[in-house]
Parts: sequence; structure tokens; C-alpha cells
Amino acid sequence: MPKEYRTISEVAGPLMLVKGVSDVAYNELGEIELKSGEKRRCRVLEVSDDNVLVQLFEASTGINLAESKVRFLGKQMELAVSEDMLGRVFDGLGRPVDGGASILPEKRLDVNGKPMNPAARNYPSEFIQTGVSAIDGLNTLVRGQKLPIFSASGLPHAELAAQIARQAKVRGADESFAVVFAAMGITFEEAEFFTNSFKETGAIDRTVMFTNLANDPAIERIATPKMAMTAAEYLAFDKGMHVLVIMTDITNYADALREVSAARKEVPGRRGYPGYMYTDLAAIYERAGRQKDKKGSITLIPILTMPEDDKTHPIPDLTGYITEGQIILSRDLHRRSVTPPIDVLPSLSRLKDKGIGEGKTREDHSGTMNQLFSAYARGKDAKELMMILGESALTEIDRIYAKFAEAFEEKYVSQGNETDRSIEDTLSIGWELLSMLPKSELKRISDDFIEKYYIEK
Amino acid sequence: MNDGTIKKISGPLVVASGMKNANMFDVVRVSDERLIGEIIEMHEDRASIQVYEETSGLKVGARVETTGEPLSVELGPGLIGGIFDGIQRPLVEIMKQTGNNLTRGTEIPALDREKKWVFEPVVSVGERVYGGDIIGTVQETDVVNHKIMLPVGLSGIVKEITGGTCTVEDVVAIILDEKGTEHGVGIVQRWPVRKPRPYNKKLSPDMPLLTGQRVIDALFPIAKGGVGAIPGPFGSGKTVTQHQIAKWADADIVVYIGCGERGNEMTDVLNEFPELIDPHTGKSLMERTVLIANTSDMPVAAREASIYTGITIAEYFRDMGYSVALMADSTSRWAEALREMSGRLEEMPGEEGYPAYLASRLAQFYERAGRVISLGKNGREGTLSVIGAVSPAGGDISEPVSQATLRIVKVFWGLDSALAYKRHFPAINWLTSYSLYANNLGKWFDENVGKEWSALRKDILKLLSEEAELLEMVKLIGMDSLSAKDRIKMEAARSVREDFLHQLAFHEVDTYTSPEKQLKMMKLIMEFYEKSVALTNNETDINSLVMLPVREKIGRFKYIPENETEDKYNEIKTEITTEIKELVERGE
Repeated sequence: MPKEYRTISEVAGPLMLVKGVSDVAYNELGEIELKSGEKRRCRVLEVSDDNVLVQLFEASTGINLAESKVRFLGKQMELAVSEDMLGRVFDGLGRPVDGGASILPEKRLDVNGKPMNPAARNYPSEFIQTGVSAIDGLNTLVRGQKLPIFSASGLPHAELAAQIARQAKVRGADESFAVVFAAMGITFEEAEFFTNSFKETGAIDRTVMFTNLANDPAIERIATPKMAMTAAEYLAFDKGMHVLVIMTDITNYADALREVSAARKEVPGRRGYPGYMYTDLAAIYERAGRQKDKKGSITLIPILTMPEDDKTHPIPDLTGYITEGQIILSRDLHRRSVTPPIDVLPSLSRLKDKGIGEGKTREDHSGTMNQLFSAYARGKDAKELMMILGESALTEIDRIYAKFAEAFEEKYVSQGNETDRSIEDTLSIGWELLSMLPKSELKRISDDFIEKYYIEK
Repeated sequence: MNDGTIKKISGPLVVASGMKNANMFDVVRVSDERLIGEIIEMHEDRASIQVYEETSGLKVGARVETTGEPLSVELGPGLIGGIFDGIQRPLVEIMKQTGNNLTRGTEIPALDREKKWVFEPVVSVGERVYGGDIIGTVQETDVVNHKIMLPVGLSGIVKEITGGTCTVEDVVAIILDEKGTEHGVGIVQRWPVRKPRPYNKKLSPDMPLLTGQRVIDALFPIAKGGVGAIPGPFGSGKTVTQHQIAKWADADIVVYIGCGERGNEMTDVLNEFPELIDPHTGKSLMERTVLIANTSDMPVAAREASIYTGITIAEYFRDMGYSVALMADSTSRWAEALREMSGRLEEMPGEEGYPAYLASRLAQFYERAGRVISLGKNGREGTLSVIGAVSPAGGDISEPVSQATLRIVKVFWGLDSALAYKRHFPAINWLTSYSLYANNLGKWFDENVGKEWSALRKDILKLLSEEAELLEMVKLIGMDSLSAKDRIKMEAARSVREDFLHQLAFHEVDTYTSPEKQLKMMKLIMEFYEKSVALTNNETDINSLVMLPVREKIGRFKYIPENETEDKYNEIKTEITTEIKELVERGE
């Protein structure tokens, strides 16, 4: 029986100081028992002689310095895992909230995980067809990649994420898959939207949900992504499943992190976020991937809302430095009813080059992709110029590019949330568009492919 | 005797008391799990220790034991082709022993103890040798002849020396010093990472480090022994540029440090390099590469050490007389690790929370680069070039790490997200980037590649900056209002950008361009431009000039394999002349 301490000397925000404690480990999990018998969880943040600074995972309401008791459990935060987790709903700390029985654990895993040995990684290279042209054709997703969606308030990122979850498949493969969904501080409606979307496709039976909603304690969110990644690691590397993890909204997670940091009076980094936020986010994101000699994989799609649509805000900025690309949604496109409003130019998939081409998608994929990018960029420039100076100021070729840019947004990007395009469809739409340009402009595609696919008018 | 006890644990920082006998920067072993740490501050008998491994589960009262030795690396055969963590533990061996995830307290020596090497002595019994002298060689890979040097500080007469098969633990020679003491010397030595390895003399760099990347070699070259920085926002291609230099630079040895970056990037190097053939030696690139990996999910304190580990290994090969290129991706993560430790030590923060000593630490690191004459009898000339990536928050280089870096480095390759969005790679902005070696190295290029080199470089830079001015004007008044001369200038600049500067890393031919081919490309583009300018006095339609078939050939010249460039160059050159002549005739 662990020792009980009645020596809580301070409670401030999410932090609590306990005095006269012995034999407590850094990062150890603790339990606070209130007078009413209610138990709450906490974690050791700092040990200094016999003083222990702990961080609460739940609200501090009702904690009484004189009568509340603290016990340290001799272990770190753990998640009980088993295959029965599929189809279940948990709270942000991994307790079932769907009214079902608790999980009979196959084992208990430390939620902090362990860093993956870079020598043990397997480079992701299997093409995932999401059925979304702007992703498949231009910012290709591969198995084991971490590709965030940079969104902003009021943009339809949930629809896009649900569409990806619904349509994603590796072609010619029939392997067991699972979805792990982590909600952090989102509204009931948004969570319900995802649940319904998973129900419609029947994926709900293969889904593990961790939900921390907007009205749940913010501090509980700190553990939620770790819970989700632990469940995903178990399913992927122990059970050989291909796991898609969707996390929304990372911004709420980062804010919770800032809350703890501020309470500790740490020297703040940019915009008050702690200096170690990069490391903290990396410890979550880097758990995605593939491992040598393991069948499964973890593909991670974190969603974050950029405050003020600002890509240089620390949350999207640090995320972008860790993840392997980003899908950026644009308010401007959304206003013009382009659905999904993916801004393809600043979007990027770093792993696309190894996942496309002959034998994976099609031989002409890489060349057409580069050509579409540069043609769209030039078309957008031309359109901008046209706005200032009028159409007559453009050269003949720039006028064609301006038309191209418009057609590109309309036909290629704006496909709606229901359309599931095969990669061949995506590529042929690309060629249809490229054929608006004279052949001599297609400098990034090799002659053979122009010969084969260019549509003469 | 030297044991202390833990008093405080806060993340990677552990404070231990009873450490009076320990030295600053000693390596210590923390708790029974024997986690590795380093003393970074002393207050009376309390030592602040940065622990290189995850500290979860440590308790107050646990034992701390000092090893009495600063953080050091093992230098000897077996480094090449290896992948090590920030404190030089071999990651492949660790994987074999502990599985796919890293566990704590793993103690595996850096260099393989079992592996057999063939040692060939080059000094004989009775010879007098000094520290830094080569006493023998080991053929480590097909490419690298590993010179075994007498450790610095040791000198005397060779009493015994044996060639043949040995392991890294064997003694191969016995040296009798002045006092008559015998010293056994093996093929491995240790060196503390925070102490630069000594050399005899430092020289100014005088030769380019050829990277095969056109925008670098032609416009903003770096010298062998030079220092360069690549700052840029995410997605602008820092890592791809670093990888490209690591692949194609004409260095003998490449040390690549993945410092706080993505795990998959290291995997990519591990998978790709053994497959790639070095154009200079014809052997696999892995046979000259050493990898240091502290990925972003690995413990943060070891990140701080990783760049020192890397540069010490690089200096060691430099001392053998090799040209070494070191890539550090990214130094911002190193600075953040420094900031995190500084914060936990409750130091007064400088700008943006970084410690006040950030700039001096960075300068000390970069200053370890250079062209030097080594210690030892037959002083060898070796070079160490350092290229650091910087990841400024929000891509804004006014932040402290970028600024402190720019004060030291001589080459600045500024990556531009606007170029990256247009998929112009490498997205090195030709207007903001610079190389202070350009003038010196221009002479080398003129003498060794072609006498037109520096002149062409100047013309191209001028053209590009004029284009930028013209673009401002076009934005206001439209393309039509430009004079014919300016229109041609714009077209030529576009040709420079698209046909020369733009280079595809993933294209088998385009990924590497020899300086000779680069010169030909520049000549073709500028020749077409000059001939076009001469035409503007005639009433030649610019559109038909732009549509000349030879332009497309100039554009595709980059995809011509190296061995066919000579013929193709002459062919295109003739076509330029004839097509322009025809155009003039048609116009009349």
C-alpha cells in the first residue's frame, strides 16, 4: 500500500506542491483523494529534496489542503490496451465513457512511449489513395507519414479529415486497418460529426475514440494525444494493423501546455508557449511511422487551427518543422466555394517522391505534378497582374495561364466532399488541364509522356 | 568515494550533492540504471547535471557516480558507414540488442570490438615519432584509407610495432618516451568533444567545395574549409539541399548530423546512400559517410552534445589530411536544447529566452572549421567545411539563432518559401544569398574550369537583379510598356532561372552537374541573350525570338548526361547562330 500524504501545501492553477515526500520518482503518476472519496490523477513535474511539484490532470475544484490525500502509484501513466478497444469511446485519460464495461487489458503500456531508433525505421513509400485530387496528385500521402491539416476557424477541415478517413486505401492490398481518433477541446457537434461519419461507413467498429470535449478540463488534454499514440502503437506494431490517427485540435493541446508552463513561471518562448514545445510535439508526432520487421504502420493526420490564419504562429510553425509536409486550407478558396479548399501551392508532402511513379501510381505522375504546380503558380501571378492592370496588359501566353489557373481550381481542386477519385482519374484531369498549354511550355515533363498523354485539340 | 546523491530532478536536469570531487564537464552515471549525464554547473558540492537520457522514474537519493572524464568520442576504424546517437552510441547495434525502440542506460561501445582490421605500419622500430604522426594505416572502406595517428601529447621512440590483423582493442605499437616509460598504442584514441583537436597552422581557404548544385557552385560557392548557413522556413528545402551536398560534394569524408530533425530523414539517408555512386570515386556514398542522429523524439540534452560529437569526428579525419564536409541539420534545434537547459538552470535569459552565451557558443562551433596543416612530422593539409541549417521560427531570420549564425558564416544560402511554392528548387533566393568566397574562388574556376567563369557569374547576377527591378515595374505598368531590350532581358533572366538555377534533386542526371557542364550551360544561355540583344535594333518580333526551337534545347540541356555534353553543346551553339540568322533574314 503506497504511503498517503496529507501535506499538500499549495494549489495554484493546474499545479500542486506536496511537502515532506520521500521515494517519489520524476514523472510518476499520483492520485489525489478528496474528502468525498473522489479520486483525481496527477503527475510529478519536479522533485526537489522532499518537495514535489505535481501537475493535475483534472480540475482542482474541491481540493482541500487539510483533508485531501495524495498517493504516488509507483508507475507512470499507463493505458490498458487490448483489441477490444476497437469500437469503444474513451475520455481524454483513457477511461471508457460509452457506458460499456472497462477493458480487460492484454497489457498496460506507459503512455509516454519510447523514441524509435532511427535505424529501425522503415521509410514510408506505399501510396495511399485518398480519392482527393489535390492530395493524391500533388501532395501524395504515404503509409507511415505524418501530414497535418493546417486549418483556421470556420474552415471545413473536419469534412476533409472525415473524407480522407472514409476513402483512404492502399490499392491492391487487403489488410486490417484501424482508426484512432483523438478529440482535444473540440465541440460536441464536431465530435458527433466524426462519429456519424465513421458510423456511415461502418468504420466505427474499427475505431478507437479518445474524446476530450470543450467543456472537459483543459488540463486533461495533455495526456490525450499520448493515449491515442499509445493505442495506435499497440494496434500497429503489436497487432499488425495499418492505423490512421486523426487528432483534432492540436491548437487546444498546445494551449493546455502553455497553461502548465505559465503556472510554473517558466521563461516563455514565442507567444508565451514554452520553449520545449518543439520537443513536446515531436515526442507525439514522431511516434508515427513504420518499423523494420513489423507489418503495421501509423499514419498521422493532426489537425490544427491557425490563430488569425497565421502560418508563422508557433503552433503551425513548429508542427511544420516536425511533420512531413502539410495540407493548408485557404479561406479565400473557401469563400469561392472551392471544396475542399486546399491551397495547393503552400501545401506539401515531403514523402511523395518515394510513393509515386511507375509501379506505385503512374510513370508520368512526378513530371505532371511539377508542371501543374509551376503552371498554377504562374497562372495565379498572371491573374493577380490582370486584376491590377486589366487583361490587355497580359501577354498571350500569360492569358492562357490565367485561364489555366481558374480551370485548375474548378476542375482539379474543387471536387466536393463526396467524390472519390482514383489516381488515374486525377492524372487524366491533370492532363486535360495541361493540354490547355502549348507543348513547348511543358518543360518539366519528359517528351515521351507528352507524346503519350497530351491531348491535341 | 566520488559518489553523490540526487537532490532534485526537473526534466533532463538533475542536481546532485556530494560531488565535491567531480570536475566541471565530467561525465557521470546517474542512478542504478546508469544513465549518462554531464556536469554543467557546480555550486559548492552540488552539481547540476544534464542527463542525456529520459529521466522519468529517477528518485531523490539515488546514486550519482562520476567517471572523472569529460564527454569523449572514440576515434578509429569503424566510424565510416556508421550511424551513432548524439553521444556516439551505435544505433544499429542498439537496435540489435534492445529492439526497435530506444531504452535507457544502454552501454555499447561506439566502435565494434570484434571486427578485424588490417594494420599496416609506416614507421619502423627505432624511429622517433611525435604526436600527430602517422604510424600506420588501416584500409577502412574501399575509399577511406584510415590513417592511424599517434595521440596528441605522446612522443618518443618506436620500440615495437606490429602489422597485420587486429581489433580496436589491440595494442599495435609500443612507444618509449623521453622518461623511459613505455606506452602501448592501439588503432583507436579518445578525444573530448568540447575541445577542438589541435593543429599546426590554419590557412585561408583557396579551393571550392564542388557540390554539383548549380546555384551553389556557380553563384554562391563555398570553399573547402569554409562555413555556410542555410536558413529557411519549413518546406523550403533545407534538408533536401543538405542531403544534396552530402551526396555530391567532392569531399573525402562527409559527416552528417541530424540534430532534432525527423527520424525518417535519417532512414532516408541510411537507405539511399549505400545505393548511390559517388561520381568522384565510383564507389558507394556510404563508404565515406558518418551519420550522427538525434531525432526530435530522442532526449533533448543529447542534442546539445550531438554537434560536438560530429565535429570532433570530422576534425579527426581532417587531421589525416582529408577534406571533410560536415552538415548540421539543424542548428536551431541545438540552440533550443541549449535554451531548455538554460531555462532549467534558471539563468537570466537573453533574447527570446536563449541564453546570453548563444552567439559565442555558435561562433566557437563554426570556428572549428577551416583549412589546416596538421600536427606531426609531415604536416598534412586537411580541410573541414561546415554547413549548418537554421530553422528560424516563422521563417523570419531576424531571430537570434539566424542572426548569430550570420555574423560568423561566410556563405549564406537564403531559402525562400515563395520560390518553394512555385516548386523552384533549390529554393535559394539569388537576390538575398551571398558568398564571401566568391572572388577568391572565381580565380580557381577561371584557371581550372574555364576563363569565362567569373565574367559569366557577374553577368548572370546582374541580369537577375535587373530582372527584379523590371518585375517591380511590370507590376505597375504591365509587360507591354517595356522596351524591346527590357523584354529580352526578362526572357533571358527567366531562362537563367528555369534552365540553369532550377535543378531537380530527384532526376538522375539533373541531380549532379559537373563544373564543366555548368560552364557550358551558362555560356549557351548568355550567348543566346547576347545575340538577341544585338537584334533589338532590327525590328524583330520578340515573340518569334522567344519561340525559336533552339530555346527549348537550351532548356533541356540540363538533362543531357555528362559524357554527351560536349557534342550537344557544339550542336546547340551552331543552332543558335543559324536560327537567329534565319530570323533576321525572314524579318527583312
